[in-house]
Amino acid sequence: MNLALSDEQVFLREAARGALSRFKTLEAARQALDDDEFALPDMWPTACEAGWPGLLIDEAHGGAGLDAFDAMLVLGECGRVLAGIPLLGHLPATAILNDSANGASLLGALATGESRAAYLPVSPPGEVDEHWSADPSSGLARAAAPTAVRTAGTEGDGARVSGELAFVPDAPGADLLVGVALLDGRPVGVAIEVQNASGVAVEAVTRYDATRSLGHVSLTDAPATLLDAPEAALAGAWYLVQALIAAESIGSVETALETSVAYANERHTFGRAIGSYQAVKHSLTEVLRQLENGRSLLYYAGWARVGAPEEFPLAASAARSVAGRALDHAARTMVSVHGGIGATWEHDAPLYFRRAQLSRRLLGGTANATDRVAGELIAQASAA
Amino acid sequence: MDLDDSPQQAAYRAEVRAWLERHKPEAPVLQGPDALENEDEIVAARRAWQGKLAEGGLAGVTWPKEYGGQGLGPIEQVICNQEIGRAKVPGILDSIGVGMLGPTIIAHGAEEQKTRYLGPMLHGDEVWCQLFSEPAAGSDLAAVQARARLQDDGSWRLTGQKVWTTNAQFASYGLLLARTDADVPKHKGLTMFIVPMDAAGVTVRGLRQISGEAEFNEVFFDDVSLDGDAVVGGVGNGWGTALTTLMYERVTIGLGGEGLGYDSVRFASAIAADERARRDHEVRRQLGEIASELLAVRFTSYRTLTGLQKGQIPGPEAGLAKVTIVNGAIRAGDLIADVLGPAALAKDSEWAYMISFLPGLKSAGGTEEILRNTVGERVLGLPPEPRLDKGIPFSELRSKEGAAA
Repeated sequence: MNLALSDEQVFLREAARGALSRFKTLEAARQALDDDEFALPDMWPTACEAGWPGLLIDEAHGGAGLDAFDAMLVLGECGRVLAGIPLLGHLPATAILNDSANGASLLGALATGESRAAYLPVSPPGEVDEHWSADPSSGLARAAAPTAVRTAGTEGDGARVSGELAFVPDAPGADLLVGVALLDGRPVGVAIEVQNASGVAVEAVTRYDATRSLGHVSLTDAPATLLDAPEAALAGAWYLVQALIAAESIGSVETALETSVAYANERHTFGRAIGSYQAVKHSLTEVLRQLENGRSLLYYAGWARVGAPEEFPLAASAARSVAGRALDHAARTMVSVHGGIGATWEHDAPLYFRRAQLSRRLLGGTANATDRVAGELIAQASAA
Repeated sequence: MDLDDSPQQAAYRAEVRAWLERHKPEAPVLQGPDALENEDEIVAARRAWQGKLAEGGLAGVTWPKEYGGQGLGPIEQVICNQEIGRAKVPGILDSIGVGMLGPTIIAHGAEEQKTRYLGPMLHGDEVWCQLFSEPAAGSDLAAVQARARLQDDGSWRLTGQKVWTTNAQFASYGLLLARTDADVPKHKGLTMFIVPMDAAGVTVRGLRQISGEAEFNEVFFDDVSLDGDAVVGGVGNGWGTALTTLMYERVTIGLGGEGLGYDSVRFASAIAADERARRDHEVRRQLGEIASELLAVRFTSYRTLTGLQKGQIPGPEAGLAKVTIVNGAIRAGDLIADVLGPAALAKDSEWAYMISFLPGLKSAGGTEEILRNTVGERVLGLPPEPRLDKGIPFSELRSKEGAAA
């Protein structure tokens, strides 16, 4: 039994914190909201220098050969400072390719970051939504997964893919789109080169939190490579992206809590620090409680992906569920502990609040993950 | 990062498992058609079983060898607990004595006390109870009023009342926190005593709770005479001695989060059996939220264990896991009763029992409010609330409290 970080993991986290501290990410986040033309600092070169694009790619293919938990440490650091680095889209895409024999040729450029991928999020079937499905552009009903047809006359891995995917993280500017499509009703992995391809349209969209790069992806007979990744790897990518956004959210909770605690120690009313009042103290310990629960589930998800793959859907979904609610609560508490100033444009609290509101609704949303936890447990209970 | 046993741990687990397989037929049966029903028989059978566990090295795993323990670490204690759970046999009866009070005596007691009391405690020959809380001293434990007065012959006279005392109805001894000097500030005038529960003047009365059952007791002390050598850890050092007990209580909570039986699969079973409920979005959302938090506690305890292996003592944050478990179970009970309707509240329903038990458990081992105060101050570093009792002799506090009201 050992859930401690290794020396290498501590180093990875500290190095990430150091690298990100060179950017004024929060100022940029605010400015980007003010000015549509403002370009966020390009942090991809920093990510490439640090080796983050290749975190989940085997060493044989030029990557670092690390696991989900290591990637989650980096995402946590990004979440702390609201850094907009397109790893949320890139890493699950590389994980699918890394599990595909015929995807290997693409991995070298993805590992160095010379080429950037985005994951097309399609969720595996569950008890309520019984088919592979995509996030809708609006509303509760899930959208159909993209479909693939083999390119006529070839025995090879060529195909054409059609479908609509809304709010795809990091899709704008990606060189490669990797995800799941249905071929004769069966899920297959697909890789779609964006450059010079016909039938691929990526519309950049900004929603509420300008640090988050999103795109609506429209595929119309887009030329694609069918990947020979096993179905478990296709479902695994969905759970991996849940674990990654959970880790990122928990990083944001850490900052929200630290900032709020510092203010509660410093701000005095009626002759004493506001943190000495139970009402304030208890609401901050509630943030800590949710933070610690979320952190524990990150360990569960980080361990389960390799240590107990059959538990990974449950672990990653639980982490997402708790982390999403934790960030929502932490951001609201951050605003309220700071009083009126916390709700103003000058303060960082609204940036964390915006991050919380959007994160909670992406990638199936916290609600989808929570439902999946229930489904996994009901299935376990029925089997027992 | 791994959850696997080291080779030594795996060997220890195999040893424990083999012992349990050999001795399982001797374990008392507490559930099912052949279960013991009479309270006295259950206690007698569980005491005898504790003796067997102790002989086999499955009780007092972390106690030093010289006091009959195994001298092993917390990880072995957890392995032992896991195997006892897996074998579906009862654990030791006196987990309060062996888990908290024995270690306190080992840390603070005189050599003669250790020789006299620890062996019979470990073997279940003498069961112990913890006599700390009082009607007006729970969250503010240092406010205890049970009064021990030194006599000319070196003995003590004890008068007062304790409450929430588990196992007092069959305990042989209690570890009791009493005030021995009311003219100094309240944390300073306390002393810890060993009290024989059969002494003249000790009265135990069952305290029925919401479920209708008496899980705890009130204990009254009416001019009880105690020998001079009943003091543990020195006169006036009672607060420091009590803190040791409370630290072991946190260790117990930190490692035993799941031991309360509030398991999310058990809750899911109640939902899964209802075709309509298992497909209902709101029911699933509630179940998913509750289960996610309970799953988190399992990994929090693994994190605590990782720290313990490195010699880190669990801090007050372990109390947050208790808050999560209790509130999660309360929500689960609510949800299940909403699904099952009044059927969940039948007299012998496991859910009715759980629903009744939890409101009290919320305050056990520290109310949620005092836990949040402690965590806010010790973990987050928030300032304490101004207090009115600092540096004031205990005997003057009452009038101050009156004046402030």
